[in-house]
Amino acid sequence: MSSPFRAEAIMLALLALAGCHRETRDYRSDAMKAAERGAAFEDNAFHIAQGQRLYAWMNCAGCHAHGGGGMGPPLMDDEWRYGGRMEQIAATILDGRPNGMPSFRRRVTEDQAWQLAAFVRALSAQPRQDALPGRADEPRNTEPMTLDERKPIRPVTAKSDDASEE
Amino acid sequence: MTTPSILDKIQSAAGNDGRHGQLISELFSVFLVVTLVFYFLVFAFLLWAIFRRRRGDSREQPLRAILAGWVGLIALGLAGLTTASWVFDRRLARADSGPALEIEVIARQWWWDVRYADNDAHRVFRTANELHLPVGVPARITLRSSDVIHSFWIPNLAGKQDMIPGRENDLSLLPLREGVYRAQCAEFCGLQHARMALDVTVESPAAFAAWRAAQLRPAAAPAAGPAQAGQAIVTGRQCASCHAIAGTPASGQVAPDLTHFASRRTIAAGTLPMSRANIAAWITDPQTPKPGNNMPRVPLSPAELDAVTAYLETLR
Repeated sequence: MSSPFRAEAIMLALLALAGCHRETRDYRSDAMKAAERGAAFEDNAFHIAQGQRLYAWMNCAGCHAHGGGGMGPPLMDDEWRYGGRMEQIAATILDGRPNGMPSFRRRVTEDQAWQLAAFVRALSAQPRQDALPGRADEPRNTEPMTLDERKPIRPVTAKSDDASEE
Repeated sequence: MTTPSILDKIQSAAGNDGRHGQLISELFSVFLVVTLVFYFLVFAFLLWAIFRRRRGDSREQPLRAILAGWVGLIALGLAGLTTASWVFDRRLARADSGPALEIEVIARQWWWDVRYADNDAHRVFRTANELHLPVGVPARITLRSSDVIHSFWIPNLAGKQDMIPGRENDLSLLPLREGVYRAQCAEFCGLQHARMALDVTVESPAAFAAWRAAQLRPAAAPAAGPAQAGQAIVTGRQCASCHAIAGTPASGQVAPDLTHFASRRTIAAGTLPMSRANIAAWITDPQTPKPGNNMPRVPLSPAELDAVTAYLETLR
């Protein structure tokens, strides 16, 4: 290779290397502030996947189904009775809530509660899109409701009613 | 070589310790001999062609007779190998027939969940990462997977069989020699694929019956001391969400059954040898000896850790 192109080749190789960043997996999180912890768990594909595993193992589906809700409220919409931030969901899992949500403090470790919270957020597609699981472990026939375009329940005027007909 | 003889035998792909492995090994020898004969024949012809003296006239001699003989020989060889395959296939099928011990093995990331079936529901039990087989008795093993594709392989006894999520496979074994063998997951299944070993013990039918009777007993409740405190922690804290111990409220189904945990030779599918120090090390931080496995670090005080270790040691 002639020397004028060598610099470009090295630059290109370095540019390619920049794409090699690999997401890190934390098998145990050390003490972190709740907000930092929330961010660390939420946008991490490994934690979301582990949360999905725990969701099945701890029988969350028994009340919440696979996100659509049943005896318990649905988790794939963006309505939250007790707050939808990571630390609020983790607190819901660890301490329970009135009207049926049991406390899992002595059933799962804190790290596992955070992983579950990350997966619960993933059910409504809140984390970074590249961290979301490519497919669910369970069959599901609806997208997370947050990804649906909101449609007016009742047409505002007759004209907009005609326009929405397809 | 100064290696102890048991190490030479514990994991050997020759497969001479089980009927199925032995038959496949014999068939392999038949194929090896037949193909070697043809290999040397081809070489002999090649050498003959190289060193043959060129005659005065360059006209090719018609080799009709030799060619016909050669084609006939190949047809004979292939027919022989086909017949041998068929005969060995029948012999393998005969080795499977008859009443067999029914065992179900479920592969999980990264350990083996083993269930001994029985028509009487009270005689069904569950163990983990160990398989006991009576010598000379056929065993029919149902293979499942709970997460990704694994492969069940006891090299000393038989060939491998894949375990596919959502699908049931089966494999028959007929162990011929008593011994301790190491089986290993044979399909890459993630981070700890290499630390997914199964401890196989082939023993006399009497020893197997004794082992089976011991496995059927529930765990004895410790009367006093740290072991009793440990039982309260194991059955009342996070441990019981995933692990089961027969005879106690702990009934989780997603992690190894601990009813007779301390009677096994290893911890965590062949990761650590069974000892008090290793039990304590494993519970303190399971992510150091086997990073990425599904057991979390449960926060325990030193006194609690001591109690839990003492209790687990009583699970024989």
